Amino acid sequence: MILSHPQTTLEPRAKRRSALKSALKVMKYGFFDLLRSRWIIIYTLFFLAVTSGLLYFGGDANQAVLSTLNLVLLVVPLISLVLGLSYYYYTRDFVELILTQPIGRSSVFLGHFSGLALPLVAAFLLGSGLPFLLAGVRQGADWRVIASLMVAGTLVSLIFSALAFWIGLLNEERVKALGIALGVWLGMTMIYDGLLLLFSILMQAYPIERSLIILSLFNPIDLSRILVLLQLDTAALMGYTGAVFQRYFGSNLGILASLGSLLIWTGLPVYLGLRSFKRKNF
Amino acid sequence: MVSLKQVSKTFGNLEVLKGISARFEVGKITAVIGPNASGKTTLMKSILGLVLTDDGQILVNGESAFQNPVSRAQIGYMPQKAQFPDNLKPIELLNWVQDLRDEKSPRLHALIDYFQLGPQLDKPLRVLSGGTRQKVSAVLTFLFDPPVLILDEPSAGLDPLASSRLKDKILEEKRRGKVIILTSHVMSELEELADEVLFLLEGHIVFQGTLAEIRERTGEQKLERAIAKLMEGRAL
Repeated sequence: MILSHPQTTLEPRAKRRSALKSALKVMKYGFFDLLRSRWIIIYTLFFLAVTSGLLYFGGDANQAVLSTLNLVLLVVPLISLVLGLSYYYYTRDFVELILTQPIGRSSVFLGHFSGLALPLVAAFLLGSGLPFLLAGVRQGADWRVIASLMVAGTLVSLIFSALAFWIGLLNEERVKALGIALGVWLGMTMIYDGLLLLFSILMQAYPIERSLIILSLFNPIDLSRILVLLQLDTAALMGYTGAVFQRYFGSNLGILASLGSLLIWTGLPVYLGLRSFKRKNF
Repeated sequence: MVSLKQVSKTFGNLEVLKGISARFEVGKITAVIGPNASGKTTLMKSILGLVLTDDGQILVNGESAFQNPVSRAQIGYMPQKAQFPDNLKPIELLNWVQDLRDEKSPRLHALIDYFQLGPQLDKPLRVLSGGTRQKVSAVLTFLFDPPVLILDEPSAGLDPLASSRLKDKILEEKRRGKVIILTSHVMSELEELADEVLFLLEGHIVFQGTLAEIRERTGEQKLERAIAKLMEGRAL
């Protein structure tokens, strides 16, 4: 737009407050709509069943954390992507209706996204947190390990549902978007690790620690795994990148580094989604 | 008043609006007509801020329509096909929008009665027929008594009773001094409602005037024939 826009009369602070209020109202809608859908209930029950099962049969709580971790790193990204995309397309027309109301686009996007992401996080925390809480009371579990698993699952839910929104915003076609999402999932859960392994075998003769650490920063799933495994302090379980991380940073700094990178990873897709949403023609 | 100054919009390499300038006056119903894909919907969505224009200026009662939510407080919009969340009931939807805008409408119950929505208020929107949803959309459009109304094929899918009630409502709002912009392919609707016609062809306004002027220009007495002639570009 080249010509000037008349400014609104609201003070900046009042404007921010009303933007936040609108975002919360948009969120409230999505939140309750999703809670009524059966998918989120199935998702919660799935985690409840699997985590309880692992705890019951696995015996040791730390071992159950490990098994749950592997499951979380596979299932949470997939469900967040698929559920995120179907929610995005299912609400697309409705978002158009919200945008015809006097509410800014940032509020609509952030409210809409939280309306999806918070139920997902809640389902994960309830489904896998509750069994650990109950078992932990009995078995005297290591709270730090369980807490790091909850943090990792929460951040992975946020990252991949934000990616789903962004992919949806960039693609009008649902099928194409789903294909891209599955590609992202396969790439980050499996292919990336395979390539990393291949890289370290081929470069065996060279000092590649630093480059491995840098490479693992590019994959939020690796980062989440490292975050939890560093708490366990058993190098044998860490896998190659985890072990390198611990040797390079030490446990505490390693935790900070992986957590920090994960937080950046959470912000990035939300920001990219917001940017496309603000520029989109509906 | 709604005014457009040299508004243009390109999607990819498709130029949809090519420097449109127009004014929509208070107390007047303007029908935007033109063949499919002539830019009608893009024009309306630009006024609503749903489509972000590349160039030019759109003012809605003095407020720019570009990335400015304040301008949308002035507009009631009835889309061609209303889409609502399946799990919601009409009454929940209407209450939610009121909550969203922080504005309770004193017109709510009168409008529900007027469009005879009472019996359907408590059923989920997914089980309601297209016509009933269209009535919900009509209630939403008039709910906050906005000074500007944008109606995209408003009576499509409505039964004759609901359709004539809607038309009466539109005429009443016109008398109350609203700016009304609508599209329609139904000739009788244009005859009944439109004070003025704005004719779009390939992203340009090729004609603006009254229905009588269209007839005069084309030499056709039947409105449908006259408009068809305009669409073929024969009378320009």
